[in-house]
Amino acid sequence: MQQFLNLTTTGITFGVLYAAFALCLVLIFRATRIINFAQGAQAAFTTYLAYELVVERDQPYWVGFLVALVAGFLLGAFIERVVVRRVETGPEINAVIVTLGLFVALEALIGILFGQDFLGFPAPFDASSGFAVGDTQIAQTANDRYRILSVLVALGLLVALFRFTDVGLRLRAAAFGQEVARLLGVRVGRMLTLGWALAGLFGSLAGVLIAGGGFISPGFMQTSVIFGFVAAVLGGLDSFVGAIVGGLVLGLTQSYVAGYVDGDLVNMGALAVLLVVLLAKPGGLFSSSVARKV
Amino acid sequence: MTDTSEKASTKVTPAGGGSGGGALAALTRSRGLRHLALVLAAYVGIVLLLQLFGDFRDTQLATMAYFVPAAAGLTLLTGVNGQISLGHGALMAVGAYTTAAILDRADLTPFILVVLASVAAAAVVGLLVGVAAARLHGPYLAGATLALAVGLPGIAIYFGDLFGGEQGLRVRPPDPPAWFEDLAGGDLGRTYPALLGWALALSVLWFLSNLVTSRYGRQWRAVRDDEVAASLCGIDLGRARVLAFVVSAACAGVGGALLAVTSRLVAPTSVTLVLSLYLLTAIVLGGLGSLLGAVLGSAILAFLPTVLTNRALDSGLDSAAAANLAPMVFGLVLVVVMLAAPRGIVGTTRIALLSRKLKKQRAAALASRT
Repeated sequence: MQQFLNLTTTGITFGVLYAAFALCLVLIFRATRIINFAQGAQAAFTTYLAYELVVERDQPYWVGFLVALVAGFLLGAFIERVVVRRVETGPEINAVIVTLGLFVALEALIGILFGQDFLGFPAPFDASSGFAVGDTQIAQTANDRYRILSVLVALGLLVALFRFTDVGLRLRAAAFGQEVARLLGVRVGRMLTLGWALAGLFGSLAGVLIAGGGFISPGFMQTSVIFGFVAAVLGGLDSFVGAIVGGLVLGLTQSYVAGYVDGDLVNMGALAVLLVVLLAKPGGLFSSSVARKV
Repeated sequence: MTDTSEKASTKVTPAGGGSGGGALAALTRSRGLRHLALVLAAYVGIVLLLQLFGDFRDTQLATMAYFVPAAAGLTLLTGVNGQISLGHGALMAVGAYTTAAILDRADLTPFILVVLASVAAAAVVGLLVGVAAARLHGPYLAGATLALAVGLPGIAIYFGDLFGGEQGLRVRPPDPPAWFEDLAGGDLGRTYPALLGWALALSVLWFLSNLVTSRYGRQWRAVRDDEVAASLCGIDLGRARVLAFVVSAACAGVGGALLAVTSRLVAPTSVTLVLSLYLLTAIVLGGLGSLLGAVLGSAILAFLPTVLTNRALDSGLDSAAAANLAPMVFGLVLVVVMLAAPRGIVGTTRIALLSRKLKKQRAAALASRT
């Protein structure tokens, strides 16, 4: 029972982080029908910026945190406007290849700028001890609660932006139908850039949260972005709710596989879940069923 | 789009060999024989190159030999059949681990039996993945194969007794057979791995070049271009896709077996996600769907990194930074090629040649009119 509780809390923490990542991918996929495989490398890059400020230059944690988010926003906008804009209309395989190229190049750039070593990244709250309820010890640390809370707050802000603001309405219109939105006076190009920028910001948040209390290396987001992708696909790639549920399912599965089976099979477990879901429902769990165009 | 070199030669040979003898006429008639002649000529070229170059080039040529079958298999899948795979590094790993595990335990000779076992293992995994992949498309397929690339090394660690865990397996390269020693003497003996690798790589190329121009190749292209039209023509979409995946995986298995013999070590770190992405870079750079493009891309993969790393070390970068220079250049090249010339080297050159020919014809037509 003790082990089950601990595995569940760990699974939820990671599930929320995967969900955050899945949300970035969904945000971009809804608007441009592109999977941004570079998302993880972007987040790793901004996390390294935060590291540079917080550890090397002795700035407070929150300065690094804020800089990482702003940098993620700008980097996302830059990538959409300069690179991705040119392949948005082409065959879908071209866009996949371009984002993969960005992924490889960015990760190598990090290696050149900051070196290949593992570097300790600080956490703003205690990341080592859990708490006790009666006799049962629960392995959820203050840092874990901070991670979950941050993602939830960011998610709330994002939903509020989409639901209640004018910009949010335009963002939704641009994602729903580009031609119609354009006719109604929405600057669709700007909305796409904004969408990528928001995804970049959200990804940076996830990166800093994942890094906190652990170690970073140029490839430290590789597994996260893949699990984020798996979570997004589980959720159907175009549903926010689906991404969150997908993230939680994946996080819990991994935690149980690591605890009850073997830590080395965690990645295979993710693949197995993905294949089972896709074979049963090729569009993901929460996909709105759309007939393939003939 | 696909059989670039083949088509070009069909047009050229009749003009050149029209008045030739019987053997030449047979060559121009049969595509398979023509490909065989090309492949044999290429092999002679490789043997000569190996004679001329030093030890270091041997290794690079051997490296290229293991990239070629894997890249050719991937270009068949992604370029000809339109299914993207980011997991071909993992399929190479299946072949490499099979070879390493067999050579670790038994002295199975001749080596070709080991290769066949690796091919069979990779084909079986390819069949499993292909059945799942046939139902997916675009980004879904990319993600599923990506998960395969990340997940498979974990299996090698889990079954540590069989596959050596984190340390991996050392591979003792196969000894040259007695007749080879007699024939080649001591000096050529050192080039045996490269020669063996190229013999296999070129056999794969010959097989694939015939396959893509056959009924199966046409079916694969039809499925890629228009699913509905293809199924109306009586093509079983699922079967065509799974078959393409299996053939492609088998080629990756050959590449993996050669990888094991060339690098003499198979470990989880030698078959990372980056390997899969490099293979993709090679075929995109060379030209998607073109076997010649896959060969050119493999050459760039095998030769460019050492050049870049050495340049970087000479100009005073530290070794970690220098090692990262090659992946950064590859990543940027992938982006730039996709933006500027999505047809890759072979496709772009072919279009340039065709448009020049067209211009000449127009000029000639104008001249004859006046």
